[in-house]
Amino acid sequence: MNAIFKSGLAMLAAGTMLATGTIALAEEPVKGGTLVTVMGSNPRNLNPAVQSGIVTGFPGAQLFAAPLRYDEDWTPQPYLAESWEVSEDGLSVTLNLRKNAVFHDGAPITSKDVAFSVDVIKEHHPFKGMFAPVESVETPDDHTAILKLSQPHPALMLAMSSQLMAIIPQHIYGDGQNPKQHPRNNTDVVGSGPFKLVEFKNGEHVILERHDDYFMEGLPHLDRIVMRIITDPTARAIAYENGEVAFGAFESLPRIINRLKNVDGLTVTPEGYGAIGPLDWLAFNTTKGPLADVRVRQAIAHAVDKNFIHKALMLGTAADAKTGIHPDSPFYEADVPDYPLDLDKAAALLDEAGYPVTDGSRMSLTIDFGWPGVKPQVEYVKAALKKVNIDVEVVASADFPTWAGKMGKMDFDMSWDTVFNWGDPVIGVHRTYVSDNIAKGVWSNTQGYANPKVDEILAAAGKEGDPEKRKALYSEFQKIVAEELPVYWTNALPYHTVYSDKIGNPPLGIWATSSPIDNMYLKP
Amino acid sequence: MNLLRSILIRIAYAVALLIAVIVLNFTMMYLAPGDVADTIAQASGGADPEVMEAIRREYGLDQPFIIQLGTYVGKVLQLDLGYSFFYNQPVMQLMLDRLPATLLLVLTAQIVALIVGVLLGVISARNPNGISSHFVTLFALFGYSAPVFWTGILLLIAFSLLVPLFPVAGMRDVTLEDPSFFTQVVDVLHHLVLPAFTLASIFLALYSRLCRAAMLEVLGSDYIRTAKAKGLSDRQIVYKHGLKNALSPVVTLAGLQFSAVVSGAVLVETVFSWPGLGTLALQAIIARDTPVILGILFFSALVVIMVNLITDLVLRTIDPRIRTGSA
Repeated sequence: MNAIFKSGLAMLAAGTMLATGTIALAEEPVKGGTLVTVMGSNPRNLNPAVQSGIVTGFPGAQLFAAPLRYDEDWTPQPYLAESWEVSEDGLSVTLNLRKNAVFHDGAPITSKDVAFSVDVIKEHHPFKGMFAPVESVETPDDHTAILKLSQPHPALMLAMSSQLMAIIPQHIYGDGQNPKQHPRNNTDVVGSGPFKLVEFKNGEHVILERHDDYFMEGLPHLDRIVMRIITDPTARAIAYENGEVAFGAFESLPRIINRLKNVDGLTVTPEGYGAIGPLDWLAFNTTKGPLADVRVRQAIAHAVDKNFIHKALMLGTAADAKTGIHPDSPFYEADVPDYPLDLDKAAALLDEAGYPVTDGSRMSLTIDFGWPGVKPQVEYVKAALKKVNIDVEVVASADFPTWAGKMGKMDFDMSWDTVFNWGDPVIGVHRTYVSDNIAKGVWSNTQGYANPKVDEILAAAGKEGDPEKRKALYSEFQKIVAEELPVYWTNALPYHTVYSDKIGNPPLGIWATSSPIDNMYLKP
Repeated sequence: MNLLRSILIRIAYAVALLIAVIVLNFTMMYLAPGDVADTIAQASGGADPEVMEAIRREYGLDQPFIIQLGTYVGKVLQLDLGYSFFYNQPVMQLMLDRLPATLLLVLTAQIVALIVGVLLGVISARNPNGISSHFVTLFALFGYSAPVFWTGILLLIAFSLLVPLFPVAGMRDVTLEDPSFFTQVVDVLHHLVLPAFTLASIFLALYSRLCRAAMLEVLGSDYIRTAKAKGLSDRQIVYKHGLKNALSPVVTLAGLQFSAVVSGAVLVETVFSWPGLGTLALQAIIARDTPVILGILFFSALVVIMVNLITDLVLRTIDPRIRTGSA
């Protein structure tokens, strides 16, 4: 990660940061103060139980608590659940809830609320897979919730984080209204987390204040959080630079990241996005034409210079990604086939696959993209493939829904795509590779990739309780897909967190701002 | 009587126009590929097919076109603009929340542009070959040809970053503690300066050019010569006889520009994160949030109709020829 700090100036700045950071560690966190932070888009609503995504994730994780939270090493920590145990057969997970936990309206948080939340999430959350094996939730007493599973489901551990499992009050959301459209998702929110809602003004801000009866002793430190909504990345950059905003996450434009790295008093870091796990890749439609041949896909990978993408397009801000699992994940396998730039090998593979050069061209393909930010990537692919005599036509979609519609119907040859891991591979990785999820809308298996062996490995990994065995299964999976290339992964999306010297304990765990920032404080 | 009749005719046109706006836009939105279920999936980082189907069912998007259209028109006739698909808030409320910000921005920009533009136009018309005239022409051309988002970002870099006089974004500072009414007004005005100036720069260019041309024409006409012969002062000739006659094309244009309440401000609002209708419209289009888009278009059509009516009335006041219908 630190290799990313390139220039001497940035080094120097990082050095100073480190020094002040060490002092900060010795310091006691300070109570009070208003944090002014920023979001790049407008949340649909503030209830993560029904609305996934990083935009709702930030305010959602402050308003609502989850059973578990995570440190930087992917180790679960007690949160709303004081302790937990998984039964020997892996078929029941017992959560022992804190006895002093109350919602923002003062009502106690009980196991009934946990059971209710699981029901709501199972029915209304966009990710069906993460709680699918949960058959029922038993509530022997107010502070014990037992999740009964139809099969062992290790993904449940990461699914019990704030981003994916908000504990919502039954006495508010259980009134018979559709939870997805519940008026209390936006106004008068009664949550279980460290901060209470003061005001959500669409297009302007979300304002939160300290929940005085929060169940974590002595937390949160901040009195108030103002989340300003500034959609223009340049305006956000100026706001960090002139000090109007002290903290923000999910900045992804390389030019802006590099500019902010050189600003005194700001730290810019790619740490903390492992569980979000965003990956950029070149997707292939493996069901038709030349791309159905694995050799053609490998040839394209050899012709596309990742180095160019990393240096010229991402300007050194992005980490390499070689498989469908994010490089920060404990399941990442770096020892997989890779495809260094080799035009001769690419040409040989294309010849072998039966696509010789005739009239200066081997084949014509199209490449789609759905949002303007990745136009340089697709234009580069077009230019790179020209060198191995593949003609590429760039197809720009008018907007996201148009592109999503084409992807969902697999109406494309190649496309640029960005997909998130969302914690456990079961939630965000399997969907791209398993054969029973082919062409089920955007970000399903839109490659039409089907390999019974991969299906088998992923099914086994999904219910393997032993972490070592599980890791071995995912390694095997990554080696196979890196060989067969249903997609060609180029890099991790360069999400960065920006914070000023005034910030203590920024969220650099695995969930970035989709985790509670009850530890964060403002230095005097 | 004449006036009343023309107003009534206008209203009849207006109703027809509004219905056309609704039907046309609804059809276009319907024909566009993809729908709000896709954009909700995008905001969610993916969604299982059954969840997306449920969304379509809940919003009636699985119904045939004619039923969807009928339901919508029926609601609009009862003055119900429906609920935003994307934000689950009443469209009327979303719009009313955003309207004051846009009105404030557009009105300020227009007033500044009108006053300064007319003044610059008059100054340069009085001495069409002088230095000041060339300066005005240059300034106007620059204002007109520079894209507003570019002007906006340059102003941000200059006056929020290099010389930090003004805030970067938004319309108010919510970190102020117990602000008095006066402080709040000053705070909003402080936030208003850069976006209003940016937006005014386009209009200003138009008005000064137009006013200059009209003034040149008027100042060369017979009655001005007569006025001079009468021995009126220069000042009286230019402002009383000249400007009053030169103003009608400027007013007509101002009226037309005014109708661009939403469209003209979109870019400026986006650059400055101004919480107005423009940003709402843009988000709604990106999100395929049909009820919000239709609500805003409906409102824009209303504004266009009303502003045209008001422009007519103002023109009647400043130009008697229109009153008698002889022009």
